[in-house]
Amino acid sequence: MKPIQIEKVQEILETFENKELYFHLETTSGAYAAQDKDKLAVGAYIRNGSIKFTNVKMAGSGPFRVGFKLNDGWMYAEGLTDYQLDDGRLLMAGHDSSGRLAVAVQLSYTPFD
Amino acid sequence: MMEKQVLVVFPHPDDEAFGTAGLITKFVNEGVPVTYACATLGEMGRNMGNPFFATRETLPEVRKKELQDACNAMGVKDLRMLGFRDKTLEFEDPELLVSTIGKLVDELKPSLIITFYPEYGIHPDHDACSAAVIETLKRMPKEDRPTVYALPITPDREAVLGKPDKVFDVTDVLETKIKTIEAHRSQTEAMVARLEDGSMDPNSEMMSFIKKESFWIYPFDE
Repeated sequence: MKPIQIEKVQEILETFENKELYFHLETTSGAYAAQDKDKLAVGAYIRNGSIKFTNVKMAGSGPFRVGFKLNDGWMYAEGLTDYQLDDGRLLMAGHDSSGRLAVAVQLSYTPFD
Repeated sequence: MMEKQVLVVFPHPDDEAFGTAGLITKFVNEGVPVTYACATLGEMGRNMGNPFFATRETLPEVRKKELQDACNAMGVKDLRMLGFRDKTLEFEDPELLVSTIGKLVDELKPSLIITFYPEYGIHPDHDACSAAVIETLKRMPKEDRPTVYALPITPDREAVLGKPDKVFDVTDVLETKIKTIEAHRSQTEAMVARLEDGSMDPNSEMMSFIKKESFWIYPFDE
């Protein structure tokens, strides 16, 4: 993956507008975070959910936020730092300074494995 | 006692590395057949490296290769990848886990099973996996049941469970154990760097932890 360039990724995101897509959305503080009783371990995970969005906007000056406007609602994520376009799939993720993934948003025309 | 067949059941590649790689190696060296059943490929690992070596989508292949490398390091010839997905085991139908493990037990008739200690595994997958192993064995006639070396990893383990029943000094196979840990590079990178540059004190807490493997024999109620 490479660092997000907001204009470039915005351009890629717009090519997915108004299409029937599969998405992967994930956020995690790590499974072992639960060991620290002072911290709340949180995470959410959706793989191969269906989505169709009419508008998409990337915002921020890094780490970035992305918001998808759906016919009947919204989806958004924050903390994104890196992206990769492979085989027509867009992978975006937020990594901390040691390379640990904390959030991911991915779009694809075909289901993820 | 010489074991006839050992079955190791863990949910993630690398779960064997710190707690049992030494004992597995000892069994292999003695000529005991060892099967390692790994339920998932650790698909949800967070460490993508700096610089990156993986994405969420390529991580499963990376970790599969690491798992195979780890088995090669230990000399384990029979690796079963059970095809479950990381972080989903506690949400699976428990009967699916039990029947999957049950098939392995029927086929291999292990004399010893190594797994996490149920409810002392910290990670929900660890507990779901070990609970399924114990449930599988509870359904067997007592006389056919293999011994279970259970591995609790919560910090309070000795306070609650008492002293371990089995403690193995694995200093004699330490080189292999470290190679096994190194094989899981995506998970152990930072530690491996310290092992390789010699900055890890041989008397450090980590080194004494690695040299000793402790197990509790799971007490079936009946």
